[in-house]
Amino acid sequence: MPTTKDTREARGRLIFGDLWEFDPAPETADPKLKPRYDLFIGGKFVRPKTGKYFDSINPGNERKLAEIALAGPSDVDAAYRAAAAAFKGWSVLPGRERGKYLFRIARLLQDRAREFAVAETLDGGKPIKESRDFDVPMAAAHFFYHAGWADKLEYVAPGRTVAPLGVVGQVIPWNFPLLMLAWKLAPALAMGNCVVLKPAETTSITALKLAEILQDAGLPDGVVNFVTGAGETGAAVMGHPGAAKVAFTGSTEVGKAIMRQLAGTDRKMTMELGGKAANIVFDDAPIDQAVEGIVNGIFFNQGHVCCAGSRLLVQESVAARIVSKLKMRIRMLKVGDPLDKNTDLGAINSKAQLATIKRLVASGVREGATMYQPPCELPERGFYFPPTLFTNVTQSHRVAREEIFGPVLSILTFRTVDEAIEKANNTPYGLSAGVWTDKGSRILRMSTELKAGVVWANTFNRFDPSSPFGGYKESGFGREGGRQGLLDYASIK
Amino acid sequence: MPSRTPKAALARLLDEIGSVDQVGIEERVAKFTTRSIKKTAKVWGLRMAVSMTDLTTLEGKDTPGKIESLCQKALHPHDDPTVPSVAAVCVYPSMVRHAKALVGGSTVKVASVATAFPSGQTHFKTRIAEVKGAVADGADEIDMVINRGAFLSGDFAKVEDEIAGVVEACGKAALKVILEVSELETYDNIRAASFIAMGAIRPGDFIKTSTGKTTLNATLGNNQVMIEAIRDFFVDTGIAIGMKPAGGIKTAKQSLQFLIAVKETLGDAWLTPKRYRFGASSLLNDLLRQLEKEKSGAYQAPYHFSDAAESY
Repeated sequence: MPTTKDTREARGRLIFGDLWEFDPAPETADPKLKPRYDLFIGGKFVRPKTGKYFDSINPGNERKLAEIALAGPSDVDAAYRAAAAAFKGWSVLPGRERGKYLFRIARLLQDRAREFAVAETLDGGKPIKESRDFDVPMAAAHFFYHAGWADKLEYVAPGRTVAPLGVVGQVIPWNFPLLMLAWKLAPALAMGNCVVLKPAETTSITALKLAEILQDAGLPDGVVNFVTGAGETGAAVMGHPGAAKVAFTGSTEVGKAIMRQLAGTDRKMTMELGGKAANIVFDDAPIDQAVEGIVNGIFFNQGHVCCAGSRLLVQESVAARIVSKLKMRIRMLKVGDPLDKNTDLGAINSKAQLATIKRLVASGVREGATMYQPPCELPERGFYFPPTLFTNVTQSHRVAREEIFGPVLSILTFRTVDEAIEKANNTPYGLSAGVWTDKGSRILRMSTELKAGVVWANTFNRFDPSSPFGGYKESGFGREGGRQGLLDYASIK
Repeated sequence: MPSRTPKAALARLLDEIGSVDQVGIEERVAKFTTRSIKKTAKVWGLRMAVSMTDLTTLEGKDTPGKIESLCQKALHPHDDPTVPSVAAVCVYPSMVRHAKALVGGSTVKVASVATAFPSGQTHFKTRIAEVKGAVADGADEIDMVINRGAFLSGDFAKVEDEIAGVVEACGKAALKVILEVSELETYDNIRAASFIAMGAIRPGDFIKTSTGKTTLNATLGNNQVMIEAIRDFFVDTGIAIGMKPAGGIKTAKQSLQFLIAVKETLGDAWLTPKRYRFGASSLLNDLLRQLEKEKSGAYQAPYHFSDAAESY
């Protein structure tokens, strides 16, 4: 019989020790990275006119992965010209033909799923199990879903006719690089638009790998163009006069700047911005499953999720029990090498983001909230932050008001249903919310009174291409996914 | 006076112990299946699973000869002397004497199903007599079934009293209480029955999923409901109850997933045959096959392992 270590347990005290440690289980598929990535304009990889490249590093170990081209205004201009030229043919192609390309892209992505998952994890720091089981399959699902719409557009707005807008400028964030790209590309292409897209500077690689798939799929040159770079490139993409519409996913601060820039023009806009979602647990909720949902809500993708359930509102009568179970549960989270198949919490996307998280966490401590972090060893190199809980938080604490975008949960309490609604809505954001209760009628009431684009009931962070996603208030406007998402890429007559 | 309907009885109990959300708990256990166990951790888990096995034969055609073969396998699962013995052999009461004669004095315990296994549908007196008979014949452990009829009609007191009666009849023998989860159907019922059983048994006794005689037996989902019940009970009272999933666990991979659930829910103190068992028969050879594979790098044919049912 295997020997078990001496387990002198205190009364009622569980031991989560090192009796059975898991060996490293790294994913070994080849991500097939190139040492240098150029811009993707007019169906070809072209060198940037700036002649400049910047490094993309692996946040898991701070090593350089590849060089990425830095696009200047003339590169962005070239991309818009290529897109405008392609629009003439693409917009009049029968829907079923456009659908064929989208189906092809979806299938090619599935064929290379493991390769893309590893590339996504290396470039962004998210655990391999998430890029493997969520990001890549969901990205393919979005292409499949919109491929199905391409030849059925006359049913998107019954009784009216829809037409493509033209060239669309898109800027996406670093938290779900490939998935956000799919959310943006698929509906735009299905509707017959052409695209100029800028991925986030820290996570450009999977977009440029997808460009290889677009070539393999035979997508007509110029229909999709990728320009890479940081904020200035993004501003050039958003501000270009050739754009019929701009779509932006990112921080509220940048979203506001774009809206100021475009005020007074006739350009359509959709904005998917920040969030500070309330996850509300009532005393009749199934406790263990609620705890699991809370964990999934805030620690999924290291909390780099605009709809993360970062404000936990618990009914006072069960608060102590929930918090003690939550502490026990997060001790089980494995923080470390994103490529290890057992890692639950990977690397923080960048040094800058890690600094932001640390700054806000320090403010929480300074303002008197009680911090809990489970004992866990972080790797020496790379950007890591342990799962963190704040209790004794009130609405006035910064950690309850500002988006932290990291694995940090602020826990507040409430007494009545009305108070829960009040507190949940007491934020400039309104992207998502969660409700945990056994009572169906209460779920329905909450879903109408919570000012949030998505309300999850007894679950959290669930997505589907057919379900529209988007915000209220400073979380943005416009929807992505479903029929509503398609309409944001159409002119309706 | 409060209503005495089954629904009201369950509602009162769940109000105290909390309910279970089916979708949520199934999402939780799906995460255990994505853990990747390699190398030394895998060997450790496989050997632990061998040592936790209650090697079982519960057939109408069981004979002393069959029991002898089972006991030899239990004592020496494999030619490799470093492979541990299993935890127990599990047999019908009429076979206890034969089993005891073969494994008595070793670390392998004799477990006997009793209380009119698997249905339990006979007089309480008869069930108690059966337990006493098995203990008298040398059973170290008794696997009883609960009164599902009484549970489903809301008579929880009767369920609990009967378990308490069996505890008394067991004397020094350990008790495993079979809930027969497939007849209870819902996770709420399984959680409620777990608490009723835990309220009546002694520290170190077990609760167990199934008889193996119905369509659905141990799954990661009902295992999770029961180990979370054990955890909550332990945190509240300090009383440690054991767990035995039984039936349907046929592969080494499955058994590792169950052990991961134990590790992440109950912690290190339950990773021992004293507190966790597998009720299984064909599982053992798959564990041995995987252990050999870890050593040699190649899978051996089933016929290389004694008592293998599979063949070409």
